[in-house]
Amino acid sequence: MVYEVIVGGIVGDIVAGKVGGKLHRLELEKAAGGWECRLDGQTVHIDAVITRRDVLSLLVDGRAYEIKREQTATDLHMWVGSTRFAVELRDPRSLRSRQKAAGDEKGPRKILAPMPGRVVRLLVAENSDVEAGQGIVVVEAMKMQNEIKSPKKGVVKKISATPGTAVNPGDILAIVE
Amino acid sequence: MFKKILIANRGEIAVRIIRACREMGIAAVAVYSDVDRAALHVRKSDEAYPIGPAAAAESYLRMDKILDVAKRSGAEAIHPGYGFLSENAKFAQACADAGVKFIGPTPHSMEMMGSKTRARQEMEKAGVPFVPGTSHGLASPEEGEEVAERIGYPVMLKAAAGGGGKGMRLVHTRQELRSALESAQSEAQRSFGDSEVYIEKAVVNPRHIEMQVLADEHGHTVWLGERECSIQRRHQKVLEEAPSPIVDPDMRRRMGEVAVKVAQAANYTNAGTVEFLVDPQRNFYFLEMNTRLQVEHPVTELTTGLDLVHLQIRIASGEKLPFTQSDVAIRGHAMECRIYAEDPDNNYFPSPGKITLLLAPSGPGIRRDSGMYEGWNVPMDYDPLLAKLIGYGTDRQQAIMRLQRALYEYFVAGIKTNISLFQRILRDADFQAGKLDTGYLDRLLANGNPALASHAPEPQIEALETIAAIATGMFAVLDPASPVSKNGNTGGSASAPSNWKQKGRSEALR
Repeated sequence: MVYEVIVGGIVGDIVAGKVGGKLHRLELEKAAGGWECRLDGQTVHIDAVITRRDVLSLLVDGRAYEIKREQTATDLHMWVGSTRFAVELRDPRSLRSRQKAAGDEKGPRKILAPMPGRVVRLLVAENSDVEAGQGIVVVEAMKMQNEIKSPKKGVVKKISATPGTAVNPGDILAIVE
Repeated sequence: MFKKILIANRGEIAVRIIRACREMGIAAVAVYSDVDRAALHVRKSDEAYPIGPAAAAESYLRMDKILDVAKRSGAEAIHPGYGFLSENAKFAQACADAGVKFIGPTPHSMEMMGSKTRARQEMEKAGVPFVPGTSHGLASPEEGEEVAERIGYPVMLKAAAGGGGKGMRLVHTRQELRSALESAQSEAQRSFGDSEVYIEKAVVNPRHIEMQVLADEHGHTVWLGERECSIQRRHQKVLEEAPSPIVDPDMRRRMGEVAVKVAQAANYTNAGTVEFLVDPQRNFYFLEMNTRLQVEHPVTELTTGLDLVHLQIRIASGEKLPFTQSDVAIRGHAMECRIYAEDPDNNYFPSPGKITLLLAPSGPGIRRDSGMYEGWNVPMDYDPLLAKLIGYGTDRQQAIMRLQRALYEYFVAGIKTNISLFQRILRDADFQAGKLDTGYLDRLLANGNPALASHAPEPQIEALETIAAIATGMFAVLDPASPVSKNGNTGGSASAPSNWKQKGRSEALR
């Protein structure tokens, strides 16, 4: 199998949403006692077992790692020990993932609710100009208010959040273009 | 001894009290709001009854509903836990009126300690050391200026009914005093319905150290050692330890004796905590008394070998303390991390939601008091405390190392937690040296991004990145049908091939 894997920096380094990072070419082939793994041209022998859902025991040249996989509202994360990386997996031959990759850099960006909560108020109106990092919507959970910020500079095309209503993780709050 | 106890609380503390009941052969009655039907405390209880909607004001704070459940279930006593009704003298009185034993002090002691100015007046009579200031509300800005001049700036203005930092102002100069007093008074009025504000000398870089006391209903009061609680954020404790790195046996005895004096002056019964401010010269001043079981009680349990909840129940049932002060010995070192549902990458904003994966640590010297489980939906309506991870060791260093090891094993997915914050604190040189004060955590957090700062040199990160890349591929190969790899959200993983396609492709590669 051939994959392209984009590994973003350690999470916390990423402002919002999109994973930006290094592209790795990964080839995996079944071999005696595990897998032959070719990563960016370098070959190592590995063995991997899923020990429970979303937990992978990985042996790389005898070194043992426990990797946890987490799907958040917006990203896929790999936890190596207690270090967390945002990752994205692509099949290089898939046309769809190529198009998606190309389109991700610009164009409209959805602002998603990161956690369940209640929309308290809107900080901007539709069609207003916003800077990257500017607050768009205030969401309240556990008696704390949180500003959900714009991931980019642009124009607020649409606001779907309504004050007073409940939102779930992954719900679209607004779209910035 | 009681046969049945109602626990008027939720979360980890309700579970902890239910466990004590089970250990003592007492039936435990839980109460729950609509969003807590599947909560752990309900699962662990012997009987459970609904008490209303999610909002605490309509459920966990409703004295009438809780007393009604006590009556219906035949519970003889109520343990209030911490928070909610635990320091509400009216509730303690209502329990007494209904013929149900409140596991805690009397309404009279609670009232005396509930008002900071009143507590201060009583304690002054008993000769307890105080931060210099007034023990009554300021009548005028002129009086404030006069007192501040006498005790010296900086001064702290505090609401008499206060708590949680509301109605508090730090004042450095005479010019600032008048407007600070006005805003503190109006904030106090808004928050507590009482605008009384008093003045104290501000202790710069204080430590917050508290002393556990226990008093039976036969006049015996003992102290059980201190807890260092200086690591706080937004006036909320985050990590506590016992003993304090700066308290020696002599200082411990002196603080303990003052704490016992405070408790006796209030005719205090059951478990309570006397809080002190400690200045850099190790002078300690009475701050307030918390008339309940504290969140951080486990560190005292581990260092004294006592079970405070068992003792609370025994005291409430009328038993005498089964030991005296000279039997109390402090042994080893314990440290507690409060695991909150908070997002470290988003200024520690609460993060409720469904827990999709939970790997919990255990092993030597580790205690975990938890209210969560895998598959549980953490409701957005309550305090974000999920669990407490407590490490115990022969000495402070071993307790730190054990906690580091346990935090490395601890993994919670689906929601965000502050686990990474503790990894950072425990590695910090000042923390390891015991150089703590209440400003410690804000300084640490102001010092760059926690996720980044917590990490090893560049080559090591690159090596881990490689592992993350390989793991991403292996997950897709070994578990192609899982919801994660089918999820279209991340774009890339949407294209994880099916088994059939994979087979075809790996064939084609040859």
